[in-house]
Amino acid sequence: MKIAIVDESAVRASIIEEGLAEFDDREVYILTERQGLLARIEEIGPDIVLMDLGNPSRDMLEEYFAVSRALARPIAMFVDESDDDAIAASIDAGVSAYVVDGLSSNRIKPLLDLAVRRFNAFARLQNDLAEAKGRLAERETIDRAKRILMDSKRVSEPEAYAELRRKAMSSNRRIVDIAEAVVTAHDLMGG
Amino acid sequence: MATRELTIGFLPLVDACLPILAQEHGFAEEEGLSLTFVRDVSWATVLDRLLYGHTDASHMVAPLAIATTLGRGRPPQKLVAPFVLGLNGNAITLRKALAEKVCEPGKFGDPREVGAKFKQQADAALAAGRKLRLGVVHRYSSHNYKLRYWLAECGVRPDEDVEIVTVAPPFVADALANGEIDGACVGEPWNSVCVERDVGTIVLATAQIWRRGVEKVLALREDRLEAKREEVEALIRAMRKTGEHFVDPANWEQNSRVLASEKYLAADERLVRRSISDRLVLTHGAEPVHFPDFMFQHSEAANFPWISQASWLYSQMVRWDQLTYDAAEARMAAQVFRPDVYRSAKSGTPGPIPAANSKVEGSVTQLTQVGTQQGSITLSDNRFFDGRTFDPEDVEGYLASLP
Repeated sequence: MKIAIVDESAVRASIIEEGLAEFDDREVYILTERQGLLARIEEIGPDIVLMDLGNPSRDMLEEYFAVSRALARPIAMFVDESDDDAIAASIDAGVSAYVVDGLSSNRIKPLLDLAVRRFNAFARLQNDLAEAKGRLAERETIDRAKRILMDSKRVSEPEAYAELRRKAMSSNRRIVDIAEAVVTAHDLMGG
Repeated sequence: MATRELTIGFLPLVDACLPILAQEHGFAEEEGLSLTFVRDVSWATVLDRLLYGHTDASHMVAPLAIATTLGRGRPPQKLVAPFVLGLNGNAITLRKALAEKVCEPGKFGDPREVGAKFKQQADAALAAGRKLRLGVVHRYSSHNYKLRYWLAECGVRPDEDVEIVTVAPPFVADALANGEIDGACVGEPWNSVCVERDVGTIVLATAQIWRRGVEKVLALREDRLEAKREEVEALIRAMRKTGEHFVDPANWEQNSRVLASEKYLAADERLVRRSISDRLVLTHGAEPVHFPDFMFQHSEAANFPWISQASWLYSQMVRWDQLTYDAAEARMAAQVFRPDVYRSAKSGTPGPIPAANSKVEGSVTQLTQVGTQQGSITLSDNRFFDGRTFDPEDVEGYLASLP
């Protein structure tokens, strides 16, 4: 079975590919480039195409699947009405699946389930990353606020931090909010 | 305070303006609504989110709502369109060298003359063993239908003489630059992006092909409309008020800024302003050209979902999908447009409502007062460039008359 993964995120594509290793009898192709995408698909002649919902090439590919006479067997979006939940789950996860006409749904289902799990895992990773980045940005803001206090009040770093913390606790806000206020005020005063 | 919520899907195009500005300017809030938005980059995903409940309503190319209801390409799911988000607002942009051969760059030509010259170019390419290739944003889009309508009337057979392919709007400029396509019919700001990057020249506005052609609609699942009927009616009222604000030149600058922002179109504010002020720059470095009604979002009951518009779109679907006319399908297609919902939303509030649900499309050649349920409406020129009219009562006869 030939599986094409169309994804502009090479990392996510390889996470899915890795998951597909548990299936026998599969050839996996990863397509991350928009240019020449249709030609590549035509060359591969996949049985299943997995594509992320955020891919701007979806309309182009759907059009190709719908009208191409080049493909001996037409490809359609996998919409098995008896299993609407599975489709809903894949849309939630952000992946769409297209399958060649005549491929039985028991062969598709496990693959789709896997893609959904992997997509969700990837999304969690990204959230973690975004959170980590957010925390990093917060750290930088607090550091800047500390420096401003140290310069303007001639206090030590621990004292500057203690002051931010005291103000946060007394006003029932987060330290980073206080730090942000300090930085903003400082910038407004012409830094 | 807003207590009722709706989630709305959209593609980053200028004609997603009404729901966005309804929220941003507080017209939604006035109706007790709070709107949240989900931006996507393909119509397929906009549609999936609508069908699987990520969104309540969507900005959508009108023919796609009909195609989905009729089950083209996937099992049928009933969609409804109680509000037209706007008329026209698209343009045809050609590769610069090609544009120079079919019109005077920097000016809108006459659609027939441009078409005749385009035919010469298409024929010359065919003789040299290659088909000119034109991009449209979706197979089921008014862009596709208006482009084909123009080509066919000018003697260029779509698919046979020229190739028509789908290209996502953000890639049109790239595709022109690297020679993947020779031209495209796309919405704003993407024509202007091509001009700005100096990879294409705008040669025609779709408003020149059909002066009052239906473009995007607000689409919902039929069952979602029933479940959220009050919210949808409130949204319709809010968008009508927004339209009044949108067409007022005093607000163009502010509206361009809001629409262009990162959250919505993430586009160049100057380019957004060109289309909402109907003043496009057609070729790089040229002066803007004022083309009144390039976009048409408000006057003359522009948002009223005329059944006859849905029928015209169905006629083009039959024509280009090479199907035979089917009376039952024609009825289903017509029922996608829901003037009854629009009426019920607007009834008793200021602003005109037409008396009829359908009209002969393309038949207005001069200012014409039309019957209304309330208020007054004067329709202006709504012709097709070839002078044909479309009678929704005789789709078959119309189809037989087309080239």
